[in-house]
Amino acid sequence: MSHLTAHGNQINPAQTGTQKVSGKQAVWQEYQKEIANDRYFYVRSCVRQNFFPAAEWTFLKILRDDLGKTVYEHPCHTTCTGIGYHSDIIPLDTLMTVVARQFALMTEAGYENFVPSCVTSFGVYTEVLETWRHFPDVEEKVRRYLKNATGREFEKPGNLAHASDVFYRFRESIASQAKYRLVNQHTGKPLKVVDHIGCHYAKMFPQKGIGGAEYPYVLAGMIDAWGGEAVDYPERRHCCGFGFRQYFVRANRGYSIGCSKKKFNSMQPYEPDMIITNCPGCSLFLDRWQYAISEIEGITYGKDGFGIPVFTFEEVAGLVLGYDPWDIGLQVHQAAIEPLLDKMGVPYDPDKKYSDIQGRPLGRPNKPKVLKVF
Amino acid sequence: MKQVVIIGGGIAGMEAAAWLDHNGVQVTLLEQADKQGGKLLTWDKLFPTRRPTQEVLAFLQKSMSGQTNVVTNAQLAQIQRTKNGFLLSVQGREAIEADAVLIATGFDVFNARKKEEYGYGIYENVITSADLERLIAGGKPLVNPAGQVPQRIGFIHCVGSRDEKVGNEYCSRVCCVTAVKQSITVKERLPDAQVFCFYMDLRMFGRGYEKLYREAQEKHGVTFIRGRLSEACDDPQGRIIVKVEDTLRGLPLRMTVDLLVLMVGMVPSEGTTRVARMLDLARGSDGFIVPADEHTQNNKAQIPGVFLAGTCTGPKSIQGTIADARAACLQVLEYLKELRKGL
Repeated sequence: MSHLTAHGNQINPAQTGTQKVSGKQAVWQEYQKEIANDRYFYVRSCVRQNFFPAAEWTFLKILRDDLGKTVYEHPCHTTCTGIGYHSDIIPLDTLMTVVARQFALMTEAGYENFVPSCVTSFGVYTEVLETWRHFPDVEEKVRRYLKNATGREFEKPGNLAHASDVFYRFRESIASQAKYRLVNQHTGKPLKVVDHIGCHYAKMFPQKGIGGAEYPYVLAGMIDAWGGEAVDYPERRHCCGFGFRQYFVRANRGYSIGCSKKKFNSMQPYEPDMIITNCPGCSLFLDRWQYAISEIEGITYGKDGFGIPVFTFEEVAGLVLGYDPWDIGLQVHQAAIEPLLDKMGVPYDPDKKYSDIQGRPLGRPNKPKVLKVF
Repeated sequence: MKQVVIIGGGIAGMEAAAWLDHNGVQVTLLEQADKQGGKLLTWDKLFPTRRPTQEVLAFLQKSMSGQTNVVTNAQLAQIQRTKNGFLLSVQGREAIEADAVLIATGFDVFNARKKEEYGYGIYENVITSADLERLIAGGKPLVNPAGQVPQRIGFIHCVGSRDEKVGNEYCSRVCCVTAVKQSITVKERLPDAQVFCFYMDLRMFGRGYEKLYREAQEKHGVTFIRGRLSEACDDPQGRIIVKVEDTLRGLPLRMTVDLLVLMVGMVPSEGTTRVARMLDLARGSDGFIVPADEHTQNNKAQIPGVFLAGTCTGPKSIQGTIADARAACLQVLEYLKELRKGL
């Protein structure tokens, strides 16, 4: 039995994890939104290119080459200042004026479908647009600020969607071109996948996220479409541990790693094969803190001393479409991703893992003392 | 003979019908369900005495033994104001003329799905107070929806009440004492079970309520924890994990229960909203109908000839609803008397 969402998308109840399906479907159908079909103005994240450098490249390549869509990137795009804003060092007026400038770049380029790579940026753009919707005088004020500072004017986006929303929209198209599925080739069973959604995706504005804030479907929908099984677990909604001031204030970093540990302890009994995220910070912290916890406490969360591999949704889409794991940057992950590749049946050359783009060896990093890696 | 149409056949509507009928008024009572009784039909025992609901229902039915024309399965389509009063269109029937209309359309229980983070409709062992009342009706053995005898039961107060997030800022008045009543019933059925009530503050305003609250603690060992639920989720065994801030100890609290009961509050019924729109009556920010004067004319609507009884003007207990219905009848009778003088 399958059901249609408000957008005519298929949901297969047999592949929706451990929760009572009918209740979740009711929530999912309430939280649907428009996602543009083509001609995207893409704005990158400040930090992702350092954390998982090929994730955004993979997104763009899939959109352009596999899905045949038009995507534009503007060289003058800057940070949205979201990290500073949420850390209380950037005032709201400054943030809104920076956002207005990004919209001006989009307008000048002749686009109207705005797609941020970063979940916090998506939250910022959503918050600013909602603020302007409720307080038109504030929008007018920001327009004046931008005009005075840069001479620029702007149109608001006709459509705002996070990059994960875009892949959610095309999840079936990606599935139809899949070379590998989220299925354990040894057992034939769906891989058990923890989906972690960045807090700024829908917790502030549930109506702006696919599936809402409490039972988001944006990544679970991809998991379903690509053959996996989304795993629910008690601390699913908990912060990954980034939490900005938890991490940026050095004295608070214990809270950061404590949050991550709480999540790992909660998900471990379900024996997930992998974690998928849609947020720059979540990918980093769920991956790197596994190493830190192993060094501090001697604990690992995957099987046989390995960690639970953590992926961005773009990387997972790349694997499903048959991209070479080293082309999409999986060698920079801390928790070993090879066990997952083996389960999916994705081929890889271990000797090329630490080679540069011309195939020259870069040298191998030291191995951790506790966390097992290849 | 003057005719009054009462809209709604719950407690307020039945009591008002009896009193108007006894005072020589021709009454038509419209009930959208297939029988009268309203929420009483779904409740097992009543606070604070825990007498069977049937006793109150029987009283109301007996009172209505007069000439009242009861129309069940009545779908009210329209109310028109005419020169002489009102004309009510009911689907499949001839229009009914009325000199006055008494609105007794009552409340609905809050839809707990709106508190998505509490997991109602998602996790099978999360139920509402209305569900629990059905589970324990008639002395049935208490098992949770998973079919197990629960050993730990949590009651969450103020679900859909005093909650800005869902748009209901008001207190529903009866949920606190209902939780106390239900927790005692659970302890009587399952003496070895642990029962916890998570509350913001306990509003034991009615006669006998405070006594019942003490009895729950001293005689039955129900544990009251001041703290609001932040979220609920299930564990691999299907038990419900609750996260609460214990605001007396100032500590976060995490607990696993076998059954979680959400004490759902009152919201204006769909019928209340619909009838208010038909007559263009003002509703407050809480959605309930605003009377002509909140202190002195609480049973009169802002339109002459339209009267209000029961929970269409806000949450009330059964005692309050019955008293309100009788007060409304006095207002109706006075109005009809004035009409006769006019003729």
